[in-house]
Amino acid sequence: MTTAYTPASEPSGGRSGSLRGRRTGSILADRAATVLLWGTGCFVLLVLGSIILHFALAAWGVVSVNFVVGDPSETSLGGILPILWNSVYILVLTMMISVPLGILGGIYMSEYAVENAITNAIRFAEESISSVPSIVVGLFGLILFVDDLHWGFCALAGALALTLFNLPLMTRLSEQALRAVPLDERSASLALGATKWQTIRHVVVPLAIPGLVTGVILTAGRVFGEAAVLLFTSGIGTPVHYNFLNLDITNPASPWSPFRPATTLAVYIWKLNSEGLGIYVRQVVDGSAAILISMVLIFNLGARGLGRLLTRRLTAA
Amino acid sequence: MAQLTSARRAPGLRVAPSFSERIDLPQRVVLVAAGSMIAIVVLLLTFVTWQGLQLFLKDGVSITQILSSTWQPDPTYPPVIFGLLPFIAGTVYVTAVALIISTPLSVGLALFLSEVAPNWAKSIVQPALEIFVGIPSVVWGWLGITILVPFLSSTFPAHISISLPIVGTVFGMPGFLTGFSWLAGSLVLSVMVLPTITSVSYDAFQAIPQELRTASLALGTTRWQTIRHILIPAALSGVLTAVVLGMTRAAGEALAVQMVIGNSPTLPTALTQPLTTLTSQITLDMGNTVFGEPWQDALWTMSLVLLAISILSVVLVRLINARRLGA
Repeated sequence: MTTAYTPASEPSGGRSGSLRGRRTGSILADRAATVLLWGTGCFVLLVLGSIILHFALAAWGVVSVNFVVGDPSETSLGGILPILWNSVYILVLTMMISVPLGILGGIYMSEYAVENAITNAIRFAEESISSVPSIVVGLFGLILFVDDLHWGFCALAGALALTLFNLPLMTRLSEQALRAVPLDERSASLALGATKWQTIRHVVVPLAIPGLVTGVILTAGRVFGEAAVLLFTSGIGTPVHYNFLNLDITNPASPWSPFRPATTLAVYIWKLNSEGLGIYVRQVVDGSAAILISMVLIFNLGARGLGRLLTRRLTAA
Repeated sequence: MAQLTSARRAPGLRVAPSFSERIDLPQRVVLVAAGSMIAIVVLLLTFVTWQGLQLFLKDGVSITQILSSTWQPDPTYPPVIFGLLPFIAGTVYVTAVALIISTPLSVGLALFLSEVAPNWAKSIVQPALEIFVGIPSVVWGWLGITILVPFLSSTFPAHISISLPIVGTVFGMPGFLTGFSWLAGSLVLSVMVLPTITSVSYDAFQAIPQELRTASLALGTTRWQTIRHILIPAALSGVLTAVVLGMTRAAGEALAVQMVIGNSPTLPTALTQPLTTLTSQITLDMGNTVFGEPWQDALWTMSLVLLAISILSVVLVRLINARRLGA
């Protein structure tokens, strides 16, 4: 690449030595910079590769079927079933609230918003929530849901706090997905006499589905790994044995109830690390972290794969 | 798509708009959904500000006490003093070193992706970065505890110093006692903010018109000269935005930092010493305090400081971008 710049016809003469020197110098600098910049790329891959390898090795012999479906124990390795259940439960609860809200908000920002004070205020709010530390969002959930509304530490408080935290992301990703739909599609629909809402419902949203699905999965990945928001909303309680046949959702003992404390996987890792009870702490945390990482990998690759698949399906139809 | 055609109306006949057309219910609904974020911010600001001010209003603690460096919150061991300086300083120190480590690396990576990498390399590194973003902070903290902290304490256990002949010792600091330290916190944070700074700087480099590159190269410059003298100045405001966003993320990160930093409420003097941050102390103490007691009010004041930092950074980013658009 750099050879293309090598001056073939540089004038020779009294000062050409220094000129040539400067030229060689800058080419050397260019080569060095190229090597360094490639180095940054390799560095990232190296770090990620070693993290994945580390957890694959650490989880070897820990993660098994019994680990996934067993109850926690302080005297043996035990399992993480209740915690995994809580993670999935809170994830589903959060997504049930934040997906409709986020997509509707995205529709407003993409289809209706004009440059005015309201839009500007929404953008400012979006940026502000995105930058508020997750621990502060957790404290807000603590005071609003846990204390003021007297819900106590519960899954619903956690899910609502997570919704507050993720709404900007969900809204922005939906807005981007909707904006990516070509204007011609809208014009064609409107020209056929459809109302604005009919156009959005039957033309714009269906075309944006691949992007919307990607957005939902990326948000879900973030929700699954979040801990600081949940510490003081869904609680850091000791996990108990769940009777999954207890379907009475008003009963706090039922694993299906939203009004029960629910320690999630990420919170459990933090709790085990800070309390350090039991002899198998290290193995349990390694195993839990490996599961957490695998879920994140699945969410990320799933978002890419599903988005691509849906695009192919929907555009081919 | 038959439902799109509205053939019910007779052609040429202007029917008075129906109720649903006059109100445009869908528009209201989506506006409420988007506007809910304004409500969230207002509520959050109100609640946290109110709680954060209780330390001054209800408990009568003075500003000068807040700015002192003595932290004795436990009422069973009087005198009770709420000096928040160690926490504010800790947050600033840890964030600053994390940014010093992370910024060159992240901007380099952004340049690599934007200017150097062929498509195949891009298609590997970009997904890798997305996975980086997704790794939960407790996992980073756990990696810090199990790998970084033991590494630091076993590699540099004794006094570290660099001596030159004649001049003598030019640099020295105590060794790592346990490995839980300022440096460990900053290193963990620097990896965590790397994707943020990289992706925002990458967008800034991508936004530069291609003509600037071709014009510069046509003058006979090397690629590095083009990067240094054309691209970096042109993308400077974008890179600044990236660093501010990285700073916000670093200052607000709670669990990963808390796990590796040692949590000692003292003013640090060396990278090898343990310290504490605003987020760490909130995480540790919130569960042990009772609502309404001065100790917890002090924690709320800390979260008010964090909130102020994040809102300020949003304003800062807006100012940087306004300057770019204005120029």
